Amino acid sequence: MSALIEPPASDDAAPFWEATRRGELVLPWCRACERPFWYPRAICPRCLGDTVEWRSASGNGVVYAVSVQHLPGPGRDAADGPYVVVLVDLAEGVRVMGNVLECAPDDVHVGVRVRVTWHPLADGRQLPQFAIQQ
Amino acid sequence: MTERTLRAAAAIVGVADSASPTGVLDLHGRVLEAAIVREALADAGLSIDDVDGICYGGMAPGIAEYLGIRPRFVDGTMTGGSSYELHVEHAAAAIAAGLCDVVVGVYAATPRGDRARKGGRGRPGPFPGPNPMLEWEMPYGLRMPMGAYALAASRHMAVYGTTSAQLAQIAVDTRRWAALNPHARYRQPISVVDVLASPMQASPLHLLDCCLVTDGAGAFVMTSSARAADLAKAPVYVLGAASCTDHSMISAMPDLTVTAGAVSGPAAFKHAGITPDDVDLLMGYDSFTITALLHLEDLGFCGKGEGGAFVEDGKLGPGGSLPTNTNGGGLSYTHPGQYGMFLLVEAVRQLRGECGPRQVPDPQIAVAHGSGGVLSTMGTVVLGTEATR
Repeated sequence: MSALIEPPASDDAAPFWEATRRGELVLPWCRACERPFWYPRAICPRCLGDTVEWRSASGNGVVYAVSVQHLPGPGRDAADGPYVVVLVDLAEGVRVMGNVLECAPDDVHVGVRVRVTWHPLADGRQLPQFAIQQ
Repeated sequence: MTERTLRAAAAIVGVADSASPTGVLDLHGRVLEAAIVREALADAGLSIDDVDGICYGGMAPGIAEYLGIRPRFVDGTMTGGSSYELHVEHAAAAIAAGLCDVVVGVYAATPRGDRARKGGRGRPGPFPGPNPMLEWEMPYGLRMPMGAYALAASRHMAVYGTTSAQLAQIAVDTRRWAALNPHARYRQPISVVDVLASPMQASPLHLLDCCLVTDGAGAFVMTSSARAADLAKAPVYVLGAASCTDHSMISAMPDLTVTAGAVSGPAAFKHAGITPDDVDLLMGYDSFTITALLHLEDLGFCGKGEGGAFVEDGKLGPGGSLPTNTNGGGLSYTHPGQYGMFLLVEAVRQLRGECGPRQVPDPQIAVAHGSGGVLSTMGTVVLGTEATR
């Protein structure tokens, strides 16, 4: 993969990014309504509860939507060819964006089961990505 | 909560827009904005001194100062392409409530002309500043905005069996309308095969599933229905208007097959006292073919998931049972970035019977339905004539 645009680490997501350094996927849970939410915020987007607990996630999910980018998007290089962008419904019930790596772009369909993999970033954090579950 | 009283309380009395088959306009910036405002006011038979309200998709005080007005009503609502439908909604309410008498709304952008100008883009895009998108979406290289719409199309196809050929039919019928509009950017006919053979951009969307990038400008003038009776043109009444926003970035959209139009559409129709069967003309924001298809379902012209089969027979095109995007749409007429203004201009002209070869026979009710962001904010405006007031 060419140099992607490295994400900033927001204060609200600091525990998420710290966990990625050891290859662990964690999600923010609201202690008031006992549900996970995405993306990380200081308050729960459902009940406005302000006690957030970070819990380990399974890393398993199902492709909700998929688009193969035939021309390079932000930060990408045409030389790398088409690549897959997906929305994934994680087993815990939140939806995240990602790329599906290590497969032909056309192998990724809605409903395909994927698991999280990690792409190292320059500062030691890792970006969550996905691979098709074998 | 009291019943809303928007219905026929205000009217659009002047419009103007500017676009060119070359895709480039001579003017840009404040000068273009001022010129198009002047033209819309002339169309209404009013002068700038009559104006006491301004709608602008951004920092409104700057344009008000430039125009030399001190408006009592300022709406700087910025929701992307649907901003201008929201402006009409707000202006109608403001006029009904007596907050102001004459409101002008204006939009101009010249992305094509700007390429040749020193300094490049003069205005921030629709997604300014640091935001969650930078942290949670940008690293994945999704092409924007088309990638977001591509994800929605993929979901619609997977859940409902919608096909690329069905989406392509929307582009084909929109081009048939554009062929009748001398100001349209593209007028030569295309076929479903042409759309499917055009280069894939972000699957499943092909190049001809995507709107244009052109220069363009438009403006409207509104006043009370009482005052409208004495002005230059037949009034086009705002019978209903409503809006709804349900996300900002695409990964936060609750259901990629259902837009906020499923809220704004029925609400606007209810205000107007109409059903989809009463609509003679639909101006439904077509940033991409999938966008137009989602509007048909969410506004109730067909059931959820039935959009593909609904458009297949060409009913959106000239001579069809639901004339849609009769100016040639964002797909073939013009799309400077925030196309909602042109939906309103065309709807008004159609209801006035001013559209020449592309005139819909005797329309009495038109709907302008704007979409902003990445299917994020929908604004629905129901417009009618004296007969449907």
